[in-house]
Amino acid sequence: MTIQNNSTDDSEYSEYEPTIGLEVHCELKTATKLWCGCKNSFGEQPNTLICPVCLGLPGSLPVLNKKAVEYAIRIGLALNCTVQPSIFHRKNYFYPDMPKDFQISQYDIPINTDGYVLLTDGSKVGIVRAHIEEDTGKSTHFSSSGRIHESTATLIDYNRAGIPLVEIVSAPDITSSEMAKSYVNELRNIIVATGATDGKMEEGSLRVDANVSVKKKDQIELGTRCEIKNLNSLRSLGKAIDYEIDRQIQLLNSQKKVIQQTRHFNEDLNQTVTLRTKEEAEDYRYFPEPDLVSLNPTGEWINEIKLNMPKLLIDRRQSVIELIKDSKEMSQLIGTVNTLVDQQLDTLFIETVGFGSDPTLTLKRLTNEAANSIDAAKKLNSKELAYLINLETSGKVSSTQSKAILSNLLENTSETVDSIISRLNIQSFGDKEIEQLLDNLILEKQDEFKRFVDGDDKVIQFFIGQVMKLTKGQANGKSVTQILLKKRNG
Amino acid sequence: MSEFLYNAVDIIENIKNQKVTSKQIVSKYFDNIENKNKELNSFIALNKDLALSKANEIDERIQKGKPVGKLAGLPIGIKDNICTEDFETTCGSKILKNWHPPYNATVIKRLTNEDAIIVGKTNLDEFAMGSSTEHSAFGPTKNPLDLTKVPGGSSGGSACAVKADLVPIALGSDTGGSIRQPASFCGIVGMKPTYGLVSRFGLIAFASSLDQIGPFANTVKDCATILDVIAGYDPADSTSLDIKRDNFSDFLDRDLKGMKIGLIKEFNEYLDPEVSQNLNLAADLFANNGAAVSEISLPHIKYSLSTYYLIAPAEASSNLARFDGVRYGLRVAGKNVDEMMINTRTQGFGPEVKRRIMLGTYALSSGYYDAYYGTSQKLRTALISDFKKAYENVDVIITPTTPTGAFKFGAKLEDPLQMYLSDIFTIPSNLAGHPAISIPFGKDDENMPLGIQILSNALDDSKVIQVASILEKLRDENVT
Amino acid sequence: MSQKNNLISKEQVLHVAKLAKLSLSDTEVELFSEQLSHILGYANELRDLDLSNYPPTSHPIELENIFREDVVIESISNKKVIDNAPQSSNGQFLVPPILND
Ligand SMILES: [Zn+2]
Repeated sequence: MTIQNNSTDDSEYSEYEPTIGLEVHCELKTATKLWCGCKNSFGEQPNTLICPVCLGLPGSLPVLNKKAVEYAIRIGLALNCTVQPSIFHRKNYFYPDMPKDFQISQYDIPINTDGYVLLTDGSKVGIVRAHIEEDTGKSTHFSSSGRIHESTATLIDYNRAGIPLVEIVSAPDITSSEMAKSYVNELRNIIVATGATDGKMEEGSLRVDANVSVKKKDQIELGTRCEIKNLNSLRSLGKAIDYEIDRQIQLLNSQKKVIQQTRHFNEDLNQTVTLRTKEEAEDYRYFPEPDLVSLNPTGEWINEIKLNMPKLLIDRRQSVIELIKDSKEMSQLIGTVNTLVDQQLDTLFIETVGFGSDPTLTLKRLTNEAANSIDAAKKLNSKELAYLINLETSGKVSSTQSKAILSNLLENTSETVDSIISRLNIQSFGDKEIEQLLDNLILEKQDEFKRFVDGDDKVIQFFIGQVMKLTKGQANGKSVTQILLKKRNG
Repeated sequence: MSEFLYNAVDIIENIKNQKVTSKQIVSKYFDNIENKNKELNSFIALNKDLALSKANEIDERIQKGKPVGKLAGLPIGIKDNICTEDFETTCGSKILKNWHPPYNATVIKRLTNEDAIIVGKTNLDEFAMGSSTEHSAFGPTKNPLDLTKVPGGSSGGSACAVKADLVPIALGSDTGGSIRQPASFCGIVGMKPTYGLVSRFGLIAFASSLDQIGPFANTVKDCATILDVIAGYDPADSTSLDIKRDNFSDFLDRDLKGMKIGLIKEFNEYLDPEVSQNLNLAADLFANNGAAVSEISLPHIKYSLSTYYLIAPAEASSNLARFDGVRYGLRVAGKNVDEMMINTRTQGFGPEVKRRIMLGTYALSSGYYDAYYGTSQKLRTALISDFKKAYENVDVIITPTTPTGAFKFGAKLEDPLQMYLSDIFTIPSNLAGHPAISIPFGKDDENMPLGIQILSNALDDSKVIQVASILEKLRDENVT
Repeated sequence: MSQKNNLISKEQVLHVAKLAKLSLSDTEVELFSEQLSHILGYANELRDLDLSNYPPTSHPIELENIFREDVVIESISNKKVIDNAPQSSNGQFLVPPILND
């Protein structure tokens, strides 16, 4: 964790440790809203996607969208949660962008409980719950200065009201802003992979609230926490948490108390400011929603959802790791596995290896050379790619040649490797051709060869250089080394 | 004019057989409305032109031999907490004055699909909260049998309209007795069906887990005819029951053979002598005509009123939050949105609505939920289990509908708890979700009607109708 | 004014009014304190009962898993909705400014 602050000595920070829990709200990609048939869509004309139900008109009643439940269950399963029978509650508070002046949410009996997310560094963040609730409308504040506090009027658009959300509540297992960002990133990857949400923070379809507290390292009970609302980018999340940790440590260091508050992150000032304190906190008067019945997904339905779910990120990674687990470079390759899966190239990789190509080399080519043109890479023919990698492994083409062929292949994925080789006039310098060249060179450079025979291995580089010069870089350096060594020993 | 005023079933028959036109029927009823409504204040919104044009259209179809619906040309009044596109819907509240719902309630669609004609909207206690129709922003409705007395409530406008022949049929809503109690006070038939039998979509909620729409009629037969039209599954209401149900009109002219009828022991202590006598008279008629009458015990029923006055206001406090001046209805200005909401609600709601919102908000608030709302929900389970045991031994239960006949205006306004006590016999059916009907039977010492209430188990609405129709017949044969 | 020993104090009445977004006159505060105390006093009879064997009932007729399919139904027109609005601007609902305390 890094804290940018000049006034405080680093050693004072080292006595403290932060505890962070995150609440992530994600909009579900259903066709319609949670309780009515209005279209679930972003960016339409204000108040055109509304009906008596999502506008909370007197007499209207909600009916639960089955797809929203399916998506919520997908998210629950992907986060290793227990999917359980649940009910809906009303959370009562007045706010003009909430049409009924209560929010239908899940309270003490949520649909998903008790899961976890594994971060890329192997650490684990617990998921307390992932429940279904409805989104609110959107307010636009009018003012000369653009600040809420000075606004003169507010306009309300209810198109977003009633869009299904899943709120994912983490355990307070997060200990730094870096870990928080890594968690949100990983969480987003997982839930996007389920197909339930698009996870776009910039469009507000994924929003984060952070609960932050600090305590002395030897202290057992947690410190007083503050909640920072509505962080809409990973950058803001990191900055807000760092600022908040710093603010709380400074308070404690100057013998002051942290007051339980809801705070807002001001992007311009890069600091969190008070929204309301606990004394002003609402009494939400939760009670079971009488207009909805209980939700009790059958085991059969959950299994069906499980079977039809896009393969989970974690499983996809595991499939790739299975194929490279014997590689000597395994530890360095783990990071590239994530890139491969994030870029949706894991299926191509598995198919290519299925055609007999070397897994390590295939992984490297896909995550380095192919990474710059992912769209083209997705169209690569796995058989052709395997053929190319095999040419390289068997020394029929050099790594330089192989990269050149791949780059041509990416420009036109329908061309074959053989046609590229002949078009570019790439000569295959197999072991026989190289031995021929070396025999000629040895006659020419007898002094150098003698030094090599006497044990000076540095001369190998000299011969590789000479062969490359003759082949315009198209030979395989490893083959040159092997042939030379054979000549000395044999 | 009396030659045209038949029961609803006869009116429909005569219209279909072209003995009378729907236009003539609608005009006659409007004559009555024009003569009496000013005094009674039963209807708070009317549209004669619209009603007549619909009547004309139906008459034309009949004359041309085209098919018409089951309720062809029948005028109906609708309690003003049921949403109608053709009429403002106000709930008898200042806060909803001039609100035009952009949609029709499911019951309105069901009625008009069968060619019923909605003539207007009837008065009610504001948001259906009350037992006298005195709590309406449009002023009180009067009892047509005695203008110094209340018609009951909250559906007082509907009960009054049917009794005064302003319409042959009206719809009401019943949360704790709001159909049965005014039906009893006005001397007509009123029924609350099983919870979930009639869609609540478009009924402006008072207490969602208790509210049910039901009919007011002059006869049990009319009541069954209307119930046959409005009952049925509605996918727009999650609590609507998707079941194969009886045709209620088939249960009208049956006998009491094998019928077991219960009297609730725990209610004895609440019965005035004249009400007790009246109940015994009904019980004797049943017993003398083939039913087995016995006393049953429902140990938790005496806690119904307390339970109700925690659950209903709690749900209401949340249901009525949306009246905040933002999207529709009244807005009273304020310098910021919070102040605007407070001003709107403070000036828009009447005292009884405020009292219940306060009560409900308190019962749900942090620290009191378990003691009040939580406990009342458990009591509800206990009551349902009492009923379940009772219905192992009896088919229906009979009680008086109300502890007294209609009372004078103002008699209970000062003491809310006294007013609440007038629903003591009707509330248990709402808590249990069971069907119940009130049949006019007997008079009090001021010659005002009394009612007998018939209760049965969930979905046994047909049994309720069967026994009610028998009681109606026995009454007419035996009681003067 | 005499200080009565009501079950619900005037302070509590004011707190509840704040939650319910109602403003009460002094007379109303007094009256509600008395009336709500009276009604809840009556309801206190429930507290003495042993109901531990009974789970809470939220719905008189128990149902579960009532869903609608995820199929778009045409929304109603902006005009139809905005026509009922106390104040609007360009198809949006207009309200006085929202303050954060
Ligand atoms: Zn909608």
